[in-house]
Amino acid sequence: MSRAMLIHRCGPGTTVQDQGRLGHLDEGMSPGGAADILALHEGAALLGQSPDYAALELAGLGGIFEAQDTIRIALTGAPMPASIEGEAIVWNASHMLHRGQKLTLGNAKRGNYSYLHLGGGIATPLFIGSRSVHLVAHIGKPVAEGDEIPIGRDSDAETGCTLDIPDRFTGGTIRIITSVQTSQFDADTLARLESTTFTRDPRGNRMGARMAFEGAPFAAAGQLNILSEMVVPGDIQVTGDGTPFVLLGECQTTGGYPRIATVIPTDIPLVAQARAGDPLRFQFISRDQALAIYAAGQAHLTALPRAIRPLVRNPHDIRDLLSYQLISGVIAGNEEPK
Amino acid sequence: MAPSPDTYPMIRDVGLTGKLVSFAGVFGDSANRAALAFRAALNAAGWEGISETATSLTSVFVRFDPLILSHDDLHTRLTELLAQSDWLTAPLPGGRKLWCIPTVIGGDHGPQFLDAAETAGLDAEQARHDIANARVRVLTLGFAPGQPYMGQLPPAWDIPRMTQLNPQVPGASLVVAIRQLIIFAGPAPTGWRHIGQTGFSCFRPQSKHPVALTPGDEVTFREITTEELDHIRATDTSGNGGATCEVLP
Repeated sequence: MSRAMLIHRCGPGTTVQDQGRLGHLDEGMSPGGAADILALHEGAALLGQSPDYAALELAGLGGIFEAQDTIRIALTGAPMPASIEGEAIVWNASHMLHRGQKLTLGNAKRGNYSYLHLGGGIATPLFIGSRSVHLVAHIGKPVAEGDEIPIGRDSDAETGCTLDIPDRFTGGTIRIITSVQTSQFDADTLARLESTTFTRDPRGNRMGARMAFEGAPFAAAGQLNILSEMVVPGDIQVTGDGTPFVLLGECQTTGGYPRIATVIPTDIPLVAQARAGDPLRFQFISRDQALAIYAAGQAHLTALPRAIRPLVRNPHDIRDLLSYQLISGVIAGNEEPK
Repeated sequence: MAPSPDTYPMIRDVGLTGKLVSFAGVFGDSANRAALAFRAALNAAGWEGISETATSLTSVFVRFDPLILSHDDLHTRLTELLAQSDWLTAPLPGGRKLWCIPTVIGGDHGPQFLDAAETAGLDAEQARHDIANARVRVLTLGFAPGQPYMGQLPPAWDIPRMTQLNPQVPGASLVVAIRQLIIFAGPAPTGWRHIGQTGFSCFRPQSKHPVALTPGDEVTFREITTEELDHIRATDTSGNGGATCEVLP
């Protein structure tokens, strides 16, 4: 018997996403995948399942979703007002959605990408090892009203867990390292890249984010005639008019614009989640510093399943959460000591 | 730590988890062959920590996990592998294919054909002859899934990209610039001149083998009429658009 969730209403940018298709650059295919890969891991941890499972990515607009079987859900990424049958539920948490119940999500208040995870994962067909819709490559298409989303078998029954998530939905400082053409920008231009407060331009999508700013263009020194070369998510291309553009998961695989720097992998979700008008600043760090942050980030992902804790009350209502003795036993019991 | 701009082969970082081994800073046939051969050698070496390799026009990209294979180790190994052979004279990889792709040249299906010919300093007849008799190689796939950059055309075709973009060329269209041809994977804006139309799908999401071409494959074009193209489009279900293909000896 197949399990499913019915979409009563959703925004136009609602897509099925997992970690994307790595390993196909030789065929001209960029990885794509969840714009906020960290949110994908957080949802998996909340449901105690593999981070390889696909979830529903909502691009700012909420929707109404009906369980056609009793399913476990988790909500992560850009926070949205959420309720089940009119009763408010907590974001960054797992919940039970009983057969016939409707989950209503409002529009995101901060951030761009929200995730609805389903216990057992979304069971749409795999294509080249992934369920990710890749809009630029014409792989799959956004989900639409009336669609039934197939769900895999769920081997777990636990809900009512939450994770403490640092806010990453309002821009901030983005750490960058040098890239292929950084040395072709003069020192003043590079200094200006760090001293300028950019705002994310409304022109942007899963391919990349345009950086709006006041001041002179970020032109490379001298006349550049760059051979089209491999580009990767995080690269900051400077287009012909001198505007930095941070490439995201669905970027093209090659590009001929000079790259002034590269956003470290850990900070890509921060760029993806910044919405139009949110401030972004760039800060150069050394490759060794970036590697240390990368290692810590990977360790954080590995440790996420141990970081979940039972949801006893809405944590926003609890002033000093750490002073509470939380009931143990619901989780595995091998958590790191605080 | 920026490398001297004139020293090739050159190893550079691309992001935190990528390295780029470049054999030239401008396009050259030998550099493209070197990239294909070096990538094959790299794949054969099978170093732990490398997650994928790919070629661009004159470079090999290596994606790796720096927590398994350090930047310094990889740099040393790449340098050693580079020293093992004269990659610029390496033969092309085996198992390559020769494709013959039916193509309408000029007219409504190639609205910038005459402009391209004029920019190349050729009369229409010579330009048509050059394209219809070209035998080009897939230099790399990139930008969009399965999309081939093919070259090289005769030197006259070293024409720049346009400063004003074509707002949109159709999928499977043939475009030209800098002695190279591209068959577009899907409708897209481009600075390349639109000179023809094929029925060839570069990327076939419904197919078991979604990407038809491989870097190193060779491509010729058989000139057809608009009516023939219409017929091909109406009857072709494979995505080949009437193209034929044989394995090169």
